[in-house]
Amino acid sequence: MVDSNLSFVRTEMLQGQTPPLAERGVVKWVRTNLFAAPVDAVLTILALLLIAWFLPPVIRWAFIEAAWVGPDRSVCSTIAQGGIQPEGWSGACWAYVNANFNQFMYGRYPIEEHWRVNLVGVMFVLLLVPLLIPKVPYKVLNAITFFFIFPIVAFFLLVGGWLGLPYVETPLWGGLLVTLVISFVGICVSLPLGIILALGRRSKLPVIKMLCVIFIETIRGVPLITVLFMASYMLPLFLPPGVTFDKLLRALIGVALFASAYMAEVVRGGLQAIPKGQYEGADSLGLGYWQKTRLIILPQALKLVIPSIVNTFIGLFKDTSLVSVISMFDLLGIVKQHFSDANWASPQTPISGLVFAGFVFWIFCFGMSRYSLFMENRLDTGHKH
Amino acid sequence: MASQDITPVVKDSAKVSLLNDPKFRGYIFQAVAVLVIAGLVYWMVNNTITNLQRANLASGFGFLDGRSGFDISSSPYLAYSSDSTYLQALWVGILNTLTVAFAGIITATIIGFIIGIGRLSHNWLIRKICTVYVEVFRNVPPLLVIFFWYSGVLSVLPQARQSISLPFNMFLNNRGFFFPAPVFGEGAWLAGVGLLVGIVGTFLVRRWAYKRQMATGQQFPVGWTSLGLIVGLPLLALAIKGFPLSFDYPVLGAFNLRGGSQVGPEFMSLYLALSFYTASFIAEIVRAGIRGVGKGQSEAAHALGLRAGPTTRLVVVPQAMRIIIPPLTSQYLNLTKNSSLAVAIGYPDLVAVGGTILNQTNRSIEVVTIWLVVYLSISVLTSLFMNWFNAKMALVER
Repeated sequence: MVDSNLSFVRTEMLQGQTPPLAERGVVKWVRTNLFAAPVDAVLTILALLLIAWFLPPVIRWAFIEAAWVGPDRSVCSTIAQGGIQPEGWSGACWAYVNANFNQFMYGRYPIEEHWRVNLVGVMFVLLLVPLLIPKVPYKVLNAITFFFIFPIVAFFLLVGGWLGLPYVETPLWGGLLVTLVISFVGICVSLPLGIILALGRRSKLPVIKMLCVIFIETIRGVPLITVLFMASYMLPLFLPPGVTFDKLLRALIGVALFASAYMAEVVRGGLQAIPKGQYEGADSLGLGYWQKTRLIILPQALKLVIPSIVNTFIGLFKDTSLVSVISMFDLLGIVKQHFSDANWASPQTPISGLVFAGFVFWIFCFGMSRYSLFMENRLDTGHKH
Repeated sequence: MASQDITPVVKDSAKVSLLNDPKFRGYIFQAVAVLVIAGLVYWMVNNTITNLQRANLASGFGFLDGRSGFDISSSPYLAYSSDSTYLQALWVGILNTLTVAFAGIITATIIGFIIGIGRLSHNWLIRKICTVYVEVFRNVPPLLVIFFWYSGVLSVLPQARQSISLPFNMFLNNRGFFFPAPVFGEGAWLAGVGLLVGIVGTFLVRRWAYKRQMATGQQFPVGWTSLGLIVGLPLLALAIKGFPLSFDYPVLGAFNLRGGSQVGPEFMSLYLALSFYTASFIAEIVRAGIRGVGKGQSEAAHALGLRAGPTTRLVVVPQAMRIIIPPLTSQYLNLTKNSSLAVAIGYPDLVAVGGTILNQTNRSIEVVTIWLVVYLSISVLTSLFMNWFNAKMALVER
């Protein structure tokens, strides 16, 4: 007789055991990411030492010891330097940034007219944000307003001289206002100009091609400063006697030409990456050159090089700081100009001002690069060439 | 039937109006472009001549022989005084540009490679530190970094009397960096000869060792031999002559340091800023290059029995270099061009010296032309060298 009761078949699964302590949670993370090998352990300890040596003084300087408000340089200098801080004090002088904040933003733009700049700024943000968010409708209308109507409105608002608005001459402009004006105009001009130059460089007409190559390679071979010097010293010579140019406009021309040469090379990279079949397909559909370029080639080419285009924009934004060399006061220029302000001159003033300016530049550039990453992922249709 | 249908079409296309002929339209288009450009140039030249005549300005490069009348703070290679000519001043500027660019390129490459490889580390902390470095320096203007070093760090260093002492009799204060200058005595030339022989010897040993390994498979310790030849031979030469080498140490005086060699704060800040700024871009290039080498390559190397070190050195890096070199070239050129930012802190590079001359003589066209020619030549020469290097490294397909 077989006793079926003797056989044992487990009817339910055993509860899984938790992995050993070394193989889960924080311990595992630390083991694999920080102490995977003896070399890693040494590197981690060195890195921790570096952070411990570097970070606390920076935090103490920027936040704990910093002078946030104050009337003049006395809050930012030690007693020996003629201030109120104890001997050996070292902290950021945010009071200086605070006191000159309006200068840093608007330059010498008249204070009672600041609302005009603010209005332009609000319009800029209101038009730009919906343009950047992919889900918002009316993109074409939005883009036309942003790139064609807004600049005209902004020009008349900022310059003034009509409808009872007092005229504000451009030498009074300064600070972030000038930085943004130059970058915006540079971006708006350099992209279309760059596309035209890139198409010209790939043209089958030898003369057009040669002209574009000479322009692009000359501009790309020299530093922006020389182009700016050229725009500010040589442009007046080239024009008929008596015709003078606004200084800001000269800087704008220099920056825009410089950026468009770089943009041309970026766009050319995209054009070269389009397979021949696309051109031939467009030809076989009976499209003319401009139709083919506009409807088939450029949309694909530009999509391919979005990261490089944004990189060029970032480079342009950073390069606007160079206009301070031809004595214009963009954000960096005006911060630097105020170092010698007798009211605020202290050992901590320059570095505080520079950290502030650097932070503003950093936010804009970092924002642009993150947005380009986002767009790149969104537009990725899965078939890269 | 069909042929009868086609023939008239062909005849028609032969009679296509000239306006619709792409070739003809191309000619017209180009002719118009040439005319417009030529007209523009003629108009500008005409205006320039008129303007120059009205302002009573002379033109031509004859002014370069004139006495400059201004001092240059840093002229390490050429004897220069305010009695020198404009041409000499420009030479000093060019040499200064090349010096800072060369030093910056070397440092930026070293920092860039370290940071770029660090961004691929398995170590989370190292990875994050390198990422922070790249994101900080890539997103601020280079001019700001220069000012940061110049006004923010170097000019708040202590006065000469409270100089910060560094090892080996080096000093750091707000007038710059002071270090011992080597003074070569009688017979020191033999050390130079030793160095030269060492370099040539290394080259020969490498070739011989490579041939031998190809033929027999035996390896030769090339690295140690080269080190011995390059360092050992000059040392041996010095020992034979009884060490005719002494150092001129900087000495702390009442108000300033005397003796030794000095690097001014302008050069220091420009050099540090360009190195740190460009290094962040080089780091990204290096990272992309290494990631561009397929994973299969290192797996195959492991399968062949190579360990981690040789895998990186012999398999991954040579392939990554092919991806890295072209963008690296453009970063080197960018660094050279960014060295023109020297004008903002008064380091006498080509643009700063040229700017001074421009202000003194009003010869804007000539000075700008010199700038263009010099920078374009530097660009072309660097590109040629890097293209040669690239061709040497490029994939040789069967």
